Amino acid sequence: MQVALSHYLVVAGLLMVIGIFGIFMNRKNIIIIMMSIELILLAANINFVAFSGALHDLVGQVFTMFVLTVAAAEAAIGLAILVIYFRNRGSIEVEDVTLMKG
Amino acid sequence: MMPASMIFQMLIPEFILGLGGMALLIFGVLSKSNKFTACTTGAVILLIATACFVIATPATILFGGLFQTSDFTRYADLLILLGAAMALILSVDYNKREDIDRFEYPVLVLFATLGMLVMVSAGDLMTLYLGLELQSLALYICAALARDELRSTEAGLKYFVLGALASGLLVYGISLVYGFGGTTNFAALAHELNRGPAGYGTVIGIVFVLVGLAFKLSAAPFHMWTPDVYEGAPTPVTALFGTAPKVAAIALLMSVMLGPFGHLLGQWQMLIEILAVVSMLLGSLAAIGQTNIKRLMAYSSIGHMGYALIGLAAGTEAGVQATLVYIAIYVVMSFGSFACIIAMRRGGRQVETIADLAGLSTHNPGYALALAVLMWSMAGIPPLSGFFGKLYVFSAAINAGLTPLAIIGVLTSVIGAFYYLRVVKVMYFDAGNPNFDKTAGGVRFVMAVGAIATALLVFIPGPLISAAHAAARALMG
Repeated sequence: MQVALSHYLVVAGLLMVIGIFGIFMNRKNIIIIMMSIELILLAANINFVAFSGALHDLVGQVFTMFVLTVAAAEAAIGLAILVIYFRNRGSIEVEDVTLMKG
Repeated sequence: MMPASMIFQMLIPEFILGLGGMALLIFGVLSKSNKFTACTTGAVILLIATACFVIATPATILFGGLFQTSDFTRYADLLILLGAAMALILSVDYNKREDIDRFEYPVLVLFATLGMLVMVSAGDLMTLYLGLELQSLALYICAALARDELRSTEAGLKYFVLGALASGLLVYGISLVYGFGGTTNFAALAHELNRGPAGYGTVIGIVFVLVGLAFKLSAAPFHMWTPDVYEGAPTPVTALFGTAPKVAAIALLMSVMLGPFGHLLGQWQMLIEILAVVSMLLGSLAAIGQTNIKRLMAYSSIGHMGYALIGLAAGTEAGVQATLVYIAIYVVMSFGSFACIIAMRRGGRQVETIADLAGLSTHNPGYALALAVLMWSMAGIPPLSGFFGKLYVFSAAINAGLTPLAIIGVLTSVIGAFYYLRVVKVMYFDAGNPNFDKTAGGVRFVMAVGAIATALLVFIPGPLISAAHAAARALMG
């Protein structure tokens, strides 16, 4: 069976949906939210590379490089914020992030 | 092909911010003592220098369309630089008293400002994404600046999670637009989308891009992070969030929606209208029950973004001009109000409830008058500038045939007037002794600039209106 563009798009779409559900359905741990964010960015990357191949255009692959770099920086900053939060709160349960409401 | 020296000349504003930020960082790291004040002063000087070069740089397109400057980007750049400089001036005294006087803060603000300038000048989806991320990553850290305080770190965490989700949606949308449009360049995309009706893939991509940008703009229903982040972040950081990033986000939204996606106005106009209506309603209704003045400002900014979006929904040159005028007035009112909030300090501690303002008019009439002018202006009471901002967007909406939108806007601003006037009532008619500490000179300066500019714009509206007109014409071409 030939792997066509649509197959890549479906995989990317599924990853994207899993990522979004991971953020909103997850009631347990903030680390899982970070993993979900990475999934969403990877879904976009798969799209970019698949389109780049289909269009015979390099811009998509260049864009993927930028997205990967930004994702790394984002993970570093997110984990740093998580560490200082844990130091103050002593927990990284999603249910505990409720000091401010309304 | 332009020679390298010419390209460098066109990019001097960005180079000043980027290299200046790095130089301040090295300076701060290598110094033995705490260089917060020196770094902040240096950063404000760099911002002013950047503004001078922004004015001097002619309209141009660089790097094969990746980066462009015009009257439109100049207008937005100047507002962003103004907001960032005012927020930095506000931070000097506050950060020292709250023991968060770290030299990294002005450096981060410079990098965030650089990101905003790149966003505004983006001529390609790639530049758009990189500028947006540079801005966002620096601002996440700023929100969690008070790292020993639970509220601030929680604000940083919430901002990070929701902001990263928004960036993810945005980049997914960009990937779809790229795939179905065949390019990421704005001009080429506009040409491509002009050729016929847009396919489903393109439309879904545009919706994702719109959602991602609406998150950054804190337009309802994508506003969830705004009240918590405004309340939790240190107040000068909140002042920054309330000014410069809002200008950058709305300028970016306008240049994307009316540039490459301009031909699809019929397909996204409804979405912008919904965003505007929901933001205006939420901004006016949810603010009524608030007791914390920073949360009140958060809902107020959501409402103001709703009014600003009306001009974009109109999709005309007059609409863009109205939004640009509105956002400029909003920035001035916003940094003035935050200066007043930073001045609410009693016995060495920051106080934040509206009730703390009781009796202010007898103890400190100047301060009370400044806050009253700003609140009246936010409510849209003539002859203050806030009224003219609203007048402009409503008349643009009516001329574009969006009369229902204008009517909803008028109704919500009447409801919104209730909570703005309540602040004034507490200051002038409630008994009490605020007994606030002496306010620092920088904060008083920002407060005075905000209040006087808000009150006196009616006498000299010419420069602002004509600048916004030139900017709108440059965007709509």
